[in-house]
Amino acid sequence: MADRLRLMQGNEACALAAAMAGVRFFAGYPITPSTEIAEQMSEMLPKLGGKFIQMEDEIASMAAIVGASLAGMKSMTATSGPGFSLKQENIGFATFTEVPCVVVNVQRTGPSTGLPTNTAQGDMMQAKYGSHGDIPAIALYPSTVPEIFDMTIKAINISEMLRQPVILLMDEIIAHMREKILVPTQEEVDKMLVSRPKPAKGIDKYLPYDASMSDVPPLAAYGEGYRFHVTGLYHDATGFPTSKPAEVDAKIRRIHRKVNNVVDDITFLRYDQMDDAEYAIVSCGSTARSARRAVVLAREKGIKVGSLQLKTIWPFPEAKVSEVCSKVKKVIVPEMNMGQMVHEVERVAKGRCKVVPYNRVDGEPLTPEEILETLAKEVAW
Amino acid sequence: MAEAWDFLRTDKMPHIWCPGCGHGVMMNALLRTMAKLDVNKDDICVVSGIGCASRLPGYLDFNTLHTTHGRALAFATGIKLANPRLKVIVVSGDGDATAIGGNHLIHAARRNMDITLICMNNNIYGMTNGQYSPMTPTSMLATTAPYGNLERNFDLCKLVEGCGANYVARATAAHPRNISQYIEYALTHKGFQFVEVMTQCPTYYGRRNKLGGPVEMINSLKQNTILNTAAAKLPPEKLEGKIQIGEFVKKEELTYLDRFDAMVDRITGGVKP
Repeated sequence: MADRLRLMQGNEACALAAAMAGVRFFAGYPITPSTEIAEQMSEMLPKLGGKFIQMEDEIASMAAIVGASLAGMKSMTATSGPGFSLKQENIGFATFTEVPCVVVNVQRTGPSTGLPTNTAQGDMMQAKYGSHGDIPAIALYPSTVPEIFDMTIKAINISEMLRQPVILLMDEIIAHMREKILVPTQEEVDKMLVSRPKPAKGIDKYLPYDASMSDVPPLAAYGEGYRFHVTGLYHDATGFPTSKPAEVDAKIRRIHRKVNNVVDDITFLRYDQMDDAEYAIVSCGSTARSARRAVVLAREKGIKVGSLQLKTIWPFPEAKVSEVCSKVKKVIVPEMNMGQMVHEVERVAKGRCKVVPYNRVDGEPLTPEEILETLAKEVAW
Repeated sequence: MAEAWDFLRTDKMPHIWCPGCGHGVMMNALLRTMAKLDVNKDDICVVSGIGCASRLPGYLDFNTLHTTHGRALAFATGIKLANPRLKVIVVSGDGDATAIGGNHLIHAARRNMDITLICMNNNIYGMTNGQYSPMTPTSMLATTAPYGNLERNFDLCKLVEGCGANYVARATAAHPRNISQYIEYALTHKGFQFVEVMTQCPTYYGRRNKLGGPVEMINSLKQNTILNTAAAKLPPEKLEGKIQIGEFVKKEELTYLDRFDAMVDRITGGVKP
């Protein structure tokens, strides 16, 4: 127990969770503030029968994890803003070809090279809309080091369960922060794990995209004897190209449906003091920590406010946010960007409550006091 | 004993290549070589990027992957590392491998990654109707070089040699036996194995540059090339305008996987994880 109670950095927790959850292939490219994840993986994986490789660029590292996953290994990469931009085409490829993998994006201040070692939450929309075409995005977003450990395992599980990439978004300050964590035993982690659906043994003909039994078709690995084809062109159940309108329509609708079908299972939220709340703060990542503190401070002043932390941001937890919007007078949406998640909250609120953005964009953490001040103004209004 | 025919997904025919295209010659040579080597289909993985050449894996009855433009070698690297038992072959065109994929090419070769790359070089982007590539010779015409190509082209074999590949060879669609011979070597050796196959694109490159039809283009591939061992005996003036074919590098240096396995032995004390 004592050796499992650790003071651990967020990036370290992410790497350790991935290794304990069975990730055995990691390809990366150096970029602040995610590099510690690659460093940890380079140390751990060779000793665990896995492989680490530092590729020549961000695009290649994304490509390599998709290749490794098709060969049967649980795979992951980690990056930050500029690298996340470069990876987008291959994230789209993995989504469309239905190859499980996890992409960690430790957000730093953008646009462009921005502030490499400062915090921001500017990539939330990119996590959903970064790749061309309609891709059904899944993005998880922890706010503490123990949450990073937990959400890393969840990201891997969801990716395996649904055969698609999952984005794990982090804030630079959480990734670089050291915090207390009780690391679960390997046995405890093993009990949580989910594996990708595999074709039944001894079948004559394997169809990699045959959705007749489930919206998530079984995925064989290269080398297991099925000799299937994978392409980024529209494909039918066999995996070979098609341009038949009915098959094109069925493919794109199915990959969205497979995510929509399980929204409740992949929606993770944290409520703080929402039971009697007249005001709500909806936030994610490190900002949710400031929101929780702001709630404590506001309650001391007699303001009935609560916090809703979105640990899943994509698919957007519409039903749960809508429920909050129907109960409160106003929702504050503090973000370290020019206003991204606020648009989703507004869309869901449908005018039933006032949605108030608060944006900090100077590369510094968004503080509880700022949220409290914004809230106090809205209460007095 | 398997025959070349057995490695085809005949139900995926006809292929997309134009009449007179040289890519089929390479595919034929590749499959005959595989038949000769009596490979197990389940152990072969063929990866490609985007372009005419990159449609090839779809016609082959192996583990096949048609990836994004230029990135085939990076996907292939992941496959090979995750399952070293697989024989991983990348097929590409010249635009795919040398322009958008140039970075992956030089680094896969530098790592001496255990992959065979066959680059079908037809000097043009065929699938997008004939734009110039890094392999289009200077002053030749292309749809994006209507006044002649200003750029110089790579000597691809020298490039890959400079990057440290274990094997580098060049043949042309007019030399199918050489293609087979080089591919056979590549598939039976470790490390980065590179075979450039010059192919004719009569539809876009040949027509625009008035090089004639497929027959004339194949004849010029014969006439304008010389085996490197023969070239070595000739004075430089006799080699003017000639492209050398043959095997340029044959090394058996440690590969990426050799080094990786040795590292694992070292850090685990030989106890297999």
